[in-house]
This record gives sequence, structure tokens and C-alpha cells, in this order.
Amino acid sequence: MDIHEYQAKEILAKFGVAVPQGGLAYSPEQAAYRARELGGSRWIVKAQVHAGGRGKAGGVKLCNSEHEIQDATNDMFGRKLITHQTGPEGKGIYRVYVENAVDFNREIYLGFVLDRTSQRVMIVASSEGGMEIEEISAKKPESIVRSTVEPAVGLQEFQAREIAFALRIPAALTQQMVRTLTGCYRAFRELDATMVEINPLVITADNRILALDAKMTFDGNALFRHPHVSELRDKSQEDPREARAADRGLAYIGLTGNIGCIVNGAGLAMATMDTIKLAGGEPANFLDIGGGATPERVAKAFRLVMSDENVQAILVNIFAGINRCDWVAEGVVQALTANPVDVPVIVRLAGTNVEAGQKILATSGLPIIRANSLMEAAERAVTAWRNDQKQNTKMRAI
Amino acid sequence: MSIFLDRDSRVVVQGITGRMAQFHTKEMLDYGTNVVAGVVPGKGGETVFGVPVFDTVKEAVAATGANASLVFVPPPFAADSIMEAADGGIRYCVCITDGIPAQDMIGVKRYMMRYPRERRMVLTGPNCAGTISPGKALLGIMPGHIYLPGHVGIVGRSGTLGYEAAQQLKDRGIGVSTSVGIGGDPINGSSFRDILERFEADPETHVICMIGEIGGPQEAEAAAYIQEHMTKPVIAYIAGLTAPKGRTMGHAGAIISAFGESASEKVEILTAAGVTVAENPSVIGDTVARVMGRKAA
Repeated sequence: MDIHEYQAKEILAKFGVAVPQGGLAYSPEQAAYRARELGGSRWIVKAQVHAGGRGKAGGVKLCNSEHEIQDATNDMFGRKLITHQTGPEGKGIYRVYVENAVDFNREIYLGFVLDRTSQRVMIVASSEGGMEIEEISAKKPESIVRSTVEPAVGLQEFQAREIAFALRIPAALTQQMVRTLTGCYRAFRELDATMVEINPLVITADNRILALDAKMTFDGNALFRHPHVSELRDKSQEDPREARAADRGLAYIGLTGNIGCIVNGAGLAMATMDTIKLAGGEPANFLDIGGGATPERVAKAFRLVMSDENVQAILVNIFAGINRCDWVAEGVVQALTANPVDVPVIVRLAGTNVEAGQKILATSGLPIIRANSLMEAAERAVTAWRNDQKQNTKMRAI
Repeated sequence: MSIFLDRDSRVVVQGITGRMAQFHTKEMLDYGTNVVAGVVPGKGGETVFGVPVFDTVKEAVAATGANASLVFVPPPFAADSIMEAADGGIRYCVCITDGIPAQDMIGVKRYMMRYPRERRMVLTGPNCAGTISPGKALLGIMPGHIYLPGHVGIVGRSGTLGYEAAQQLKDRGIGVSTSVGIGGDPINGSSFRDILERFEADPETHVICMIGEIGGPQEAEAAAYIQEHMTKPVIAYIAGLTAPKGRTMGHAGAIISAFGESASEKVEILTAAGVTVAENPSVIGDTVARVMGRKAA
């Protein structure tokens, strides 16, 4: 689960990480008021969206007066911010964060991640902050310092000092750097984060270490023990269909193609999408309805997939192991009888009692296209989608 | 014995009184698996399908000689149960539970290191379908009847995609020595490499079918191991060619976050290591058959 920058800063500040003074605003007037509260003469106004690359996309503005703040935020509120991380649909700006502008001499990159090779928490730091880590590793790989944390005892001060020295932090600031690193680690550990990123962490003109930006991602599997973190979820930043699916216990990810997929199991779902692509089509979504594939779940899945108006054909691919194909087939028939769909439906069943399942589909009276292998199903889905498209074009021509 | 299991494996099911656990305990018993005990704290003395339930793993091991465990415990408590198994003298543990916090798994891995190698429990999963040595024992939730006994070792992260492969092999009359699910989580008990090492040393396994997906370094690590150490042919399929970067595709671990973690990069790395890669999931069975045919010739 992602949270906003201002939320991450509030959390990290509680763990001893220094952050600039700032205030949250929901309107241009409030943004100007926040600036007055903060005092000073220069402010940074930052759009709060769940995506990186805000600066380049016009989501971060330096303002020299309350008037400029009003103008800048007038442009932001209600708009979709499109960065290289949001996709073409962008993310809505509903909150901005106003901070005093800070003069700084150096920018540092600091990241905490779950490293899957060492299976531990890894600290990744670079003296070349301000760029994204991908860019740093491409352009200045020698600047990157890595250190893994022994989980039994946590981050030790000597490790933090080693990182500080490797980043050539001035000796007078070593203790501040150690406090920043241990604070981030404790926040990561105690709140079950999967990522903490401060980019940039700066050394200010008046010689302080300050987190100018902050990003935290949390382990969805651990939210049960962190109700205060769950509270920070902002559904306005999620794809509405994905959010709805997640609330119903389905793993759904919307894509840009036309062939909707309903599959049991994450691996098989990915394999199904890939096969559609190989057959010349594009998948409209990833959807794993879980190993069980009960009739209710199948029905929910149809409604969800059909809520995407780009969907012009649906491919159902179920491997019935413990369940039987006849049972799954009945679920499909029930779902389609109760909620008829106006696009071709291709069903491929495999596993236990597959013949009985096929028979139920064949005798249902529903226009279900059946297939035996996954490749065959994908080819039929692509053909059905193309034919459907041709018919639609013809109808429009008439 | 096959890797991990044989007819004499004595299995304890942790969390045996849960609804799903009971269902699968019955399936395992019907398959012929030697389920000798269950463990549920506070329910010692009860029985499930005639299997005695104990309060602790240590009691279950002392009373029944259990040496393998299946963890069917809800996510908040699963890590604790795995560690209890490791400390209780269990040799091999499969954890089915999906949704264990990643940092709990970091703790589990660290905890297991405190035992010297020869006494250290082997863990596969979590978030997996389990392990089966067809005709001998089933420790998991897979449908036993889709596996014929034979000489192909299957190792994969996904449950149903693994079933797909097994069914295709069965349709072609090809049997399986052992199928191991390593699970879809980012921090797992055993890696592809760990299981490949076992298959390489296993006389019953002649060919290996490896089913990977996007995310994480374990397929690339496996490729390096295959290139340097393996004499047996390896066939692979990697799911997720169409998966967008930075999105979690169902499995917590199925997310492309670094170079080398996309499906096409993994296919490239494995191909360069001499692995035969099936280009679509419908031809996994045919690809294995072809490689076996070539091997026999």
C-alpha cells in the first residue's frame, strides 16, 4: 500500500528523521493560508499523488507569494497529474503540501528495500541524489553504497556510520546521518514497510540533514497489525476497478487491451494473458479469482471484467483440481444466465471431470465458445473479438 | 527416496482443525500419505479423521515420530508455526499459507540459520501448492490424480500453472518424480536453485521442468547454477510477458522492480544458460516430451 509524501514525512519525523515545516491543503485558499501559517517568503507547493516524477510533470512549484501559491494550486486541484509512473490516465490531485523552501548544498539518495537475494532489508544510498535510482545506477553506479541489515539485531550504528562516511557526509553531521538512517530503519521494521525512500535527502545551506521528499510503501499482508497505517489509504489514487476488486477479495489489474480474462491462480492468469498476446490479441486485465473458483466468484468476476468498456471478448480459463470442471461449468452458466454479456465468451476448462464440464457448457443454450487447450482458447478469443469488431464496424457503416 | 518425501514420511498437519486443513488432510490420507499427527494449541487430545491432535509440535514428534510438516495456519500466526516446526525436530516443512507478512518471513529465515546445516529443517513455500512424489506421498493441496509416477522433476512458483504442466505431462503419458511448489512470495523457504540441486542429485529425476514468473532474482540465480553444475536437461516456462512493470500480479513476489526481473529478460538468461524454454504454456508438455525423446535417442 502506498501513502502520500506528507504522510510518510509525518511518520518518519516521529522516528527522528528531520523534515521541513509544512502544511496540508485541500484548496488554493487553504494552501495560501498554510503558507501564511508557516511564515517565510518562499514556499514549495507539491501535488500529493501516489507517483514519482512529479517535478517534471508540473506537480511541484516554487512560489514567492501567497498570490503565486493560489495561482499554482488553482492549476493543480482537480487536474490529473501524468508522470512517467502514472500511465496515460494520470492520478488526480486532491491535496497539496506546502513547505518552506530550503536552500541546500548537496542531494543524497537514500532507500530501504526488501532485498530478495539476501532476504533481508537492504539500505541503498548514493551521493548523487535528486535523480531516480534507476538513473543513478545507469549513470553513476560507482556512487551507490549498499548495506544489508542483520534482522536479529537491527541496523547497527557502525553500519550507519560506514554509510555516512562512504557518502562523504561532513564529520560534524555524522550523528545526524546516523539518526536519520536508524530512524528510517526503525520505521521500516516497526510498521512493516516494504520500501522507504528519501530522495533527495539534503545537506542544507545552514548545515542540517533534511528529508526533502519521502515515500513509503507498506506490506499489504501486514496491515492487519497496523490499523493506523491502514487509515492512510487514499482510494482516489487507485484505479477504481482495482480498488473494488481488492475489496471483494479478487486480484485484478486493468490493462489496455480488449480481451478480458477470468482465471484461477496468479501464474495461470499471467500465462493466459501471455497466450492472448501470442495469438495476436491484447489482454484487458489480469484477474485471479483464487484456487476455489466458486460460482459466486465467477459471477463477480464477470461483472468486474464487463465494467471495463474496452472489453470486447472474455476468455475464461479455469484449471479445476480439487474442484470439478462440471461444478465450475455450472458456475459459468449460472453467472451468464443471471448477467448476460453482449461480448463473445470463450471458456477453457481443464482438470477433473473435464468432459462433464464441457457437456454442461454445450447444452446450456448459451453462446459459449469452447476450447481444449489454452492456445486454442486464446486463438478463438482473438478471432471472436476480430469478428465482433468487424460486425460492429459494419453496423456503424449502415 | 524421492527428494523430501517417500512412503514412510510421517506427516504432522499444523492447524489441522481448520476447515481447509481438514479437507486437505482427508485428501492426503486418501492419497496414501502417512498423516500421523495434527497440532493446534489448546486442542490436544482431539482427533481429525482418526489423526491425533497435539498442543505442540514437540509433543507430536515425541508421540508419533513425525518428520515432515504441513503448515495450514492463518497468516498472522504462520511464521510462528514454521519456527515451531524447525525447533521441534521436523526435517521438511511445507507452508501453504498465503499472505504472511514479508518481515515475518525474514525472521523465519534468520531463525532457521541457528541450526547447524545437518539439523536444519528444509522449508518450501509459503504461498505454494505443496510437494508431491506421485504414488508415494502428497504434502499439500494439489489434486493428486493429475500426476503420474515417473522421472520429470517439476519446480514452480505458481500452483495452477504447475497443475497445467502436470496435466499436459499426464496426457502424454509422462510421469513425475516429484513436484515442488516454491511459492509466490518474495521471501521464500527454498529457491529454484535449492530444488534444482536436489533434482540433480536425485536418481529418480531425469529431466526438470521449471515454471517461473516475473519478479525477483531466483530464475537468474537458477540459470547460473544450471550452466555451471547441472548435467540433466532443464525445460522452463516463464509467465508474465505481458505483465506491466511495477505492478504486483496476484502473487506478492510477482512484481518487476529491477533489471532481469521481466519475463523476456528471464527467458533470455535461461536460454543463454542452455535451458529449453517453452514459448507458451500450452506446449510445456510437448517441450518436455521432445527433450526426453532427444535424450533417449
